[in-house]
Amino acid sequence: MRTKQTLIRWTLVTVAALTMLVGCSDSADKTSGSDDAARATPRSELKGTVVVSAATSLTEVFTEIADQFTAANPDVDVEFNFDSSSTLATQIIEGAPADVYASADEANMTKLTDAGVIAGKPAIFAENELVIVTKPGNPSGIDNLSDLATAGVISLCGEEVPCGRYAAQILEKAGVAISEANVTRGQNVGATLAAVTEGDAAAAIVYVTDARSAGDQVEAVPVPAEVNVTATYPIGVLESSEASDVAEAFMAHVLSDEGQAVLSRYGFLLPR
Amino acid sequence: MAAATLTVAFFVAPLVGLLQRVDWSGLSGELSSPQAWDALRLSLICSASATVLAILFGTPLAWLLARGDLPGRAVIRSLVLLPMVLPPVVGGVALLSAFSLRSPIGGWLNDTFGIQLTFSSAGVVMAEAFVAMPFFVITVEGALRGMDSRFEEAAASLGAGRLTVFRRVTLPMVAPSVVAGAVLAWARALGEFGATITFAGNIAGRTRTLPLAVYLALETNQQGAIALSIVLLVVSLVVLVSLRDRWLMRT
Repeated sequence: MRTKQTLIRWTLVTVAALTMLVGCSDSADKTSGSDDAARATPRSELKGTVVVSAATSLTEVFTEIADQFTAANPDVDVEFNFDSSSTLATQIIEGAPADVYASADEANMTKLTDAGVIAGKPAIFAENELVIVTKPGNPSGIDNLSDLATAGVISLCGEEVPCGRYAAQILEKAGVAISEANVTRGQNVGATLAAVTEGDAAAAIVYVTDARSAGDQVEAVPVPAEVNVTATYPIGVLESSEASDVAEAFMAHVLSDEGQAVLSRYGFLLPR
Repeated sequence: MAAATLTVAFFVAPLVGLLQRVDWSGLSGELSSPQAWDALRLSLICSASATVLAILFGTPLAWLLARGDLPGRAVIRSLVLLPMVLPPVVGGVALLSAFSLRSPIGGWLNDTFGIQLTFSSAGVVMAEAFVAMPFFVITVEGALRGMDSRFEEAAASLGAGRLTVFRRVTLPMVAPSVVAGAVLAWARALGEFGATITFAGNIAGRTRTLPLAVYLALETNQQGAIALSIVLLVVSLVVLVSLRDRWLMRT
């Protein structure tokens, strides 16, 4: 019977430890910019919390834009849910609570407008391009897209994830076929990039902005303009939002000169 | 009573939810796709290999922890059990830092033997063994510790060597726990996701096991994802039934 006691004791220890782990981790990205509070003139009337579901490639730039937004609207909280646009679209269609959706492609936004969950018309707020990234110093000697076919394991986004779809379009235009046996699929662009920065993938195709924020962890090899594609980023407010005034104000801020300036600083192209 | 009912409902609701979304007529079609078979085959092979590793390497460790006279036993036991509480993704990152091509060990393995663990099925087995072995070790250790050692002493006093005692007396007496530990470890290995995708990647036919395929399919083909989930559910049920003497028939 001591067997069972030991097992039970260890189960309890495990559960206790897990509870502590869960308790310590902060599940949501909260942004509460106070440092820029001086600029918050005039004091806004907006109140409430909005959940912004945004593409992984927007993680850094949206965090900064939200800091601006909450500095101008001190009674507002912005919470983020960053993942691939396709994962977020699936979550929203399944009823996950969100107020704003920002996608890295129009296909996933169309999925939501077709499902009737977007209020009004989405607006394009940014554009992006794609680039090959390799390990620092480019040890596999990757100079162009066709080198990807023979360079070892290449990290691409999942086929429904926008960056995966864009990569497929680029490879098709360039007439390069990479065997699926040499492709590891990331569940979002962050994971796809991490396979190069942390893991053993020889190269990845990611957004120019990701390559930029990865700094010297990667070396960027440009994709020729004639085969590159333009990623378009639409943003929209959800029909189900209970703080739609705040959600619309956030969307307006992203589209404002101030928001666009931040996007441009992070390397995003502004919609023409 | 009400609380207990609520608890049972909490466990039943997701199952019912999953089952009511299954398109039963299309199920066989979804499951006969080559992608589904690849993922299932890979999952079974890798989880079985991880279980064999857990038995081979876990049994001596369990014996040492239960009976051995070793210093710092508590520390060793904590280290071995750490993967049980560690988030699997963190386990994957830890494996990467130890065995990626850029790490000392991984680099040496590749330079000397040409072995690359990342992006390989062997890497999947490693990630699964890392998270699953503690379940085996803890189960077998408990059994060894709880066993009445007079049987072994009697055998030894009648002239049996240590190996004979272990093989003919100890092992048969703890056999049910060895089986239970192996099944637990195997089930854990079969469901492994975080460490696998982080360490071994997500390559079709090579490292894309069933849980990875379910996650990827959720966005492209929900019925496919649900069908694969049903396979995992059935496997889990088989595990439960095989352990029924231990857990279900308790009086």
